[in-house]
Amino acid sequence: MSLDISFIGILIGSIMASSVPLILAASGELITERSGVLNLGVEGMMIIGAISGFALMVITDNLFIAIVGTMLSGVIISLIFGFLTQSLLTNHVATGLALTIFGIGLSAMLGKNFVGIPGKEFPILFSSLRESIPFFGPILFGHSIVLYFAFALPFLTNYFLKKTKLGLVVRAVGDSPVSASNQGINVILVRYCCILYGGAMCGLAGAYLSLIYTPQWIENMTAGRGWIALALVVFATWSPIKVLIGALIFGGITILQLHMQAIGFRIPVQFLSALPYLMTIIVLVVISRDSRKIKLNTPTSLGRIFYKEK
Amino acid sequence: MYKNFFRYLISAIFLLGLSVNSNADFKVGFVYVGPTGDHGWTFQHHEGRNAVEAAGIKTTFVESVPEGADAERVIRQLAQSGHDLIFTTSFGYMDPTNKVAKDFPNVKFEHATGYKREHSNVSTYSARFYEGRTLLGHIAGKMTKTNTIGYIASFPIPEVIRGINAMTLAAQKVNPNIKTKIVWVFTWYDPGKEAEAAQALIDQGADIIMQHTDSTAPVQTAEKAGVWSFGQASDMQRFAPKSILTSIIDDWAPYYVERAIAARDGTWNQQDTWHGLKEGMVAMGPYNSAMGADLVKEVEQLQKDLASGKVHSFTGPIYDQKGNILVAEGKVADDGMLAGMNVYVKGVEGDIPK
Repeated sequence: MSLDISFIGILIGSIMASSVPLILAASGELITERSGVLNLGVEGMMIIGAISGFALMVITDNLFIAIVGTMLSGVIISLIFGFLTQSLLTNHVATGLALTIFGIGLSAMLGKNFVGIPGKEFPILFSSLRESIPFFGPILFGHSIVLYFAFALPFLTNYFLKKTKLGLVVRAVGDSPVSASNQGINVILVRYCCILYGGAMCGLAGAYLSLIYTPQWIENMTAGRGWIALALVVFATWSPIKVLIGALIFGGITILQLHMQAIGFRIPVQFLSALPYLMTIIVLVVISRDSRKIKLNTPTSLGRIFYKEK
Repeated sequence: MYKNFFRYLISAIFLLGLSVNSNADFKVGFVYVGPTGDHGWTFQHHEGRNAVEAAGIKTTFVESVPEGADAERVIRQLAQSGHDLIFTTSFGYMDPTNKVAKDFPNVKFEHATGYKREHSNVSTYSARFYEGRTLLGHIAGKMTKTNTIGYIASFPIPEVIRGINAMTLAAQKVNPNIKTKIVWVFTWYDPGKEAEAAQALIDQGADIIMQHTDSTAPVQTAEKAGVWSFGQASDMQRFAPKSILTSIIDDWAPYYVERAIAARDGTWNQQDTWHGLKEGMVAMGPYNSAMGADLVKEVEQLQKDLASGKVHSFTGPIYDQKGNILVAEGKVADDGMLAGMNVYVKGVEGDIPK
C-alpha cells in the first residue's frame, strides 16, 4: 500500500465527501434545537429530500430545480412537524418520531417509479486543479458545490448565533420562551422559521446522497445517518464548530477503518466497525468538557411545549 | 347472566374465526430483509413473489424486516393472520422461523439460505451462488492488472465465506499471483457505506470490485473510478454499463411457484433444496464485450461445465490459510462441508471476524 502524501490527500478528500450529509443535517437541526424545538424527524426529512431531489433531477433534468426543490420538500415536511408541535402543541419527541416513520414510508411510495433509474453525473468544480496539485488538489478541489456550502455552513451558523441580532433572538427563544415572549418576540414564529430551516438543510443532506454521493434512488438509502446527525448535535453540545469536528471524525474513522481492513490490520473487525461511534463520542466529550460552556450553549427549554397565555 | 353472555360472545368470535380461516383462500406470505426497491437481493425475491401472484395465488409481503426479535414478531403475525405458506428470505430469520413453525404446525415455512429444519413444516432452500462466484473469479483473475481483487463482504456466515473462497480458488487457477482484499461492512444494505468500502478497496489498489451486499452503490463507485465490477443478485448492468463484467442473478420465481402450488394442492413435503446453474436458480447476466471474445467463450464453457457437473467449484486439493488440507486431491467438497464453511482457503488475506 502506498502511504505517500498524495494518497493522504485523496483520503482526506473522500473523508470530507462522506461527512457532508452529517454536517448539513446536524447544522440544520442545531438551529432548530437552539430555538428550543427537538425534532427527531431528521432521518425522515433527509429521506424525503433524497427522493425529491432525485425525482426532480430525473423529471426536469435541471440541477438548480433539483437542489431548490429538495430544500422546499424539506420545508414542506417540516411544516407538518411545525404545525403539530407549535400550533397544536403536540409532544416534540413523539411527533418527531412519527415524522421519521412517515418520511420513510412516504419516500418509498413516492419513489416506486424511480427505482432502478441510474442517476446523472453531478458537476464538480475545479476538476483540473484536483489532478494537477498534489495533496491539496484532492482536498480543496474537485468537489460539488454542495460540499463547499456544507463546509462553510458551521462557520456561518456560528456567526449567525453569536454575532447577529436574529441569532440572539433564536437563542433567547430556546433558553426562555416566556421571557422572550414578554420582550415582544413572537416565539411561535421564530420556532416555525427554525423548524423550516432545519427541514431545508435535512432535505439538502438527503439530496446530497441521492444526487451526488451515490447518484440513484433506493429505499431507505439514508440508512440511519439522520440519527447520527441528531446524536452529533447533542455530543457537540450545540456548538456548530464542534458539529463540524464531530462529523469529520465520524466520517474519517468510518473510512479509515475500511482502509485498515483492506490493508489487512489484524484488529477484530467488529471493533473497527464500532470505532467511528466510540471515537466521535470520546473526542466530543473531551473537547466539550467545560461545563460552563455547555450550560451556555444548551437550549434550556429544549423540547418543552410553549404556549402563549391569552 | 353477563357471564353467559360473554361466554357466548367469545365462542361466537372463535367460531367466526375458525370459519373464516377454513373458508379463506390459500395465502402465501413473504418476509424480506430489505426494501423491494433495493435492486438486488430483495428485489429478486419480490420478482419471485410476483410470479406466484401471476400464477393466481394470493400473496402478501413485509419488507425491511430486521433480522432478530422483530423478525419473529412479523413471521408470527403472518402465521396468525391465515397465511398457509411463509417464505422467510434471509439467513438471519433461521431461528425465528423455526420457533414460529413449532407453534403453527399447520402452516408451512420455507427459509432461504439456512440449514435448520427443526420441525416437519420447515423446508430450506438456497441457490449455489458459489458457482457464479467461480465464474467471477475466473474472469477477475484474467482481467486484473494489479492482481488485487476487492471484495465487499456483509456478515461472516458460511454463505458469504463460501463465495469468497470459490472466487479466490477460481482466480488462483488462472492467475497464481492474485490477492483477495476483503472489507466487512456488517450490513446487507447501506449504499453510502458500500460505496465507501468500494472506494477504500480501489484506493488500496484493487482494480476489480466484487460485492456480497445488496445495493448498486459499489458498481457505481467502480464505474466512476474506472475499474471492473460485478453485479450482485440481479442484473445491475445499467447502473454501471462500462464497469460491470457480468452479474450473478438469483432466479427464485420457478421455485416459489412450484412450492406454492404444492402447498395449495397438499403435496408439499419438507425438503432441503440447493439449486444452481443447472436448474437456473443461479443465472449469469450478459458478459461485457470488454472481456474479449476468447475470455467470453472460455467462461461460457466453464458455465456449461459447472451446470453439467463436469467441473465443481471446490475441487481438491484445497488448503486452508494455515496450509491444512480441506479437500483432498481428486475429491470435491460435499454439501455438508459447503453449508458449514467457516474458514478461508489459502490465498485469502486476513481473518474471518468471529
